[in-house]
Amino acid sequence: MPIFGKPKFASISTSKTKSKTDKKASKDWFKCKGCSSMLERKALVELLNICPKCEYHFPMTAHDRIELLMDKKSFKEIDKDLCSKNVLGFEGYDETLEAKKKSTELSDAVVCGFGTIDKQAYGIAVMDFRFMGASMGSVVGEKITRLIEESTKRNVPALLVTASGGARMQEGSLSLMQMAKSSAALARHSEKGLPMFCLLTHPTYGGVTASYASLGDVIIAEPKAMIGFAGARVIEATIKAELPDDFQTSEFLEKHGLVDRIIDRRELRKEFSLLLEFFKNAGTKEKSTAAEA
Amino acid sequence: MDAFSLDFEKPLQELQDKIAKMESFSKENGVDMAAQVAELNKELEDKKNELFENLTPWQRVTLARHPKRPYALDYIERIATDFMELKGDRRYGNDEAIIGGFAKIDGEPVMILAHQKGRDLKERNKRNFGMAHPEGYRKALRLMQLADKANAPVICIIDTPGAYPGVASEERHIGEAIAVNLREMFNLTVPVVCIVIGEGGSGGALGIGIGNSVMIMENAYYSVISPEGCAGIIWKDGSRGPEAAEAMKITSNDLLKLGVVDEVIKEPLGGAHIDYDVAATNLKAAVKSHISELSKLSDDELKNQRYERFRKLGETA
Repeated sequence: MPIFGKPKFASISTSKTKSKTDKKASKDWFKCKGCSSMLERKALVELLNICPKCEYHFPMTAHDRIELLMDKKSFKEIDKDLCSKNVLGFEGYDETLEAKKKSTELSDAVVCGFGTIDKQAYGIAVMDFRFMGASMGSVVGEKITRLIEESTKRNVPALLVTASGGARMQEGSLSLMQMAKSSAALARHSEKGLPMFCLLTHPTYGGVTASYASLGDVIIAEPKAMIGFAGARVIEATIKAELPDDFQTSEFLEKHGLVDRIIDRRELRKEFSLLLEFFKNAGTKEKSTAAEA
Repeated sequence: MDAFSLDFEKPLQELQDKIAKMESFSKENGVDMAAQVAELNKELEDKKNELFENLTPWQRVTLARHPKRPYALDYIERIATDFMELKGDRRYGNDEAIIGGFAKIDGEPVMILAHQKGRDLKERNKRNFGMAHPEGYRKALRLMQLADKANAPVICIIDTPGAYPGVASEERHIGEAIAVNLREMFNLTVPVVCIVIGEGGSGGALGIGIGNSVMIMENAYYSVISPEGCAGIIWKDGSRGPEAAEAMKITSNDLLKLGVVDEVIKEPLGGAHIDYDVAATNLKAAVKSHISELSKLSDDELKNQRYERFRKLGETA
C-alpha cells in the first residue's frame, strides 16, 4: 500500500526545502510551486497561504486551519497531550518524534476538538503535514477515533481535514490497524444518521486515503491538491509508463467521480456553514419517532 | 531434489545431497552404510528443527513468498466442498485477484473471499499476482453482504503483496473501495474469520481483513508496507529489506504479541509448501473452532466484539 516515496513538494512551514540552484530561496522567501514567482513567507500567511499570483494553495498548519473553520474562540481542543510511543523500539523514531514536537509545537500529527461555524456545532480533526508528513500512527488513529466517537455521543457532524503521506511505518502493523479503528467509529457515527465531511488537502495518500479520507458523505477538495492511494513514483515503477499530467490531482478526482466539489480556501468557511445547515435535522430521527410514538 | 530451494536452506540441501550420494554408493558397491545414513538423517532432522525454530523475520518473508506455497484455492479445495464461485462487482468487472463464493465446510454453508495468486506465468498474469483492483474489493463486499443475508459465516483468506498500484486502480478509487469495506465489514451480523496465509500486504490485505477473529499461518507476514518499501523510504535503500522486516515486527508471533492477530496456525516443519494437506487440516481446525465460538454470539454481540477487537489496537502515551 503506502509504498510511495517522500512527496516532492514544498511545504511553506518547513523551511528546509532550499533549492541549491535558486540562491534567492531563503528562510523568508521561496519560489511558488504553481507559478515560480518569489513569495514572502510572512506575507503569505495573511493570504491563507494562497499565492496571490496563481492562487496555488500551500499547506496550512492545523491551528491556522481551525481558525479558518471555526467561530472565534469556539474551539475546544480534545486529547491535546496524547503522544506517540515507540512501541516497536524502531531505530530513530524517538528522536524524530522529539524533534517534530519541538519544531511544530504539536504533540503529534492531528489536532482535534469541537466548536461551531455560524453557531452550528461540529467536531473537527485537522492533520498537520509538518509532523512526520502527517503519517498515521496510533496517536492519529486514536485521536480521530475518539473525535468521531465523541461526535456520535454529542449527536453532531464531523469534519475531517486530511493531509498525510500514509501510514507511519515506525509503528508497523499497529499503524495499519488505525485505518480499521477509525472506519469502525465512522460506521457507528453514520448508523446514527450523522454526516461526516472530508476536506482533502495537499497531499493526502496511502492509509488515510484508504480509510476516513474516502468515507465522507460529502467530499470537498482544495484546488490542485495531490490525492491518491499509491504514490506516483510507485505507480510509474509498476506500470513502466508515464502518468497523465493531471493524475491524482483534485481536478482528476472530481472528473473521475470521487470528489463532490473543489473549493477555494477562501470559500471554505461559507461552504461548510451551508453544509452544516443542510444537515441541521440529521441525527435526530430517533428522537422524532420517539416523540411521535 | 529441490526440497530446499531457498538461500537459507542451503546447508540442509548439502546434507541431503550427501545422504543421497552415500545411499547410492552403498547400493552400487554393496556396502552396508545404513548406520552412517541413519546418523546423517538424524543430523538433517536436528538441523532442520534448529533452523526452522529460529527463522529470522526475513527468512519467514521468503517462505511466505515461496513459489510453491499453497494459495487460497489449494486450501479451499481441501477444507471445503461445493465451492460456488460468484463473480463481478455489478459496477465495472470481475477481478480475478480476489475470488469469492459460497461453499460448505463439513456440510455447513460459508462464504469464502480470497486473494488468489497464480502458479505459472499465464495464471500469475490472470490473477495479477494477487493484487486486486477496486472491483475486487467491491465484489468482496457485495458477497459479504450476501452472506449476511444467507446468515452464513464469512471466511477471508488473505494473500496479497498489496492492492494494485496502477492508473486504473486510482481512476476507480482503490482507496475508496478499501475504505468502504473497512467501514461496512463492521456492520456484518455474521461471524467473520480472516486468515493471512502468505503475504498480508497492507491496505490490500486489510480490505478483506476486518474479522471477529484474525489468524495467521506460522510463516506468513502481515505488514503496513513491504520490508523493501519501508527500507527504501526510511533508509533510501531497498536492499535493506531484511532489517526492515525485523524492525517492523511483521512475523506471526510478533503480531500475536501486538494483538493484531488472535491465533497463529502451525505449519508443517519447513513451511506450508512441504505438505499442503497438513497445512490445510490445521487451518480448517482453527477456522471451525473460531466459527463455532462466534456462532454463539447474537448479531449485536458480533458487531460489538468486532468493534472492540480493533478499537483497542494501538499504543499511545
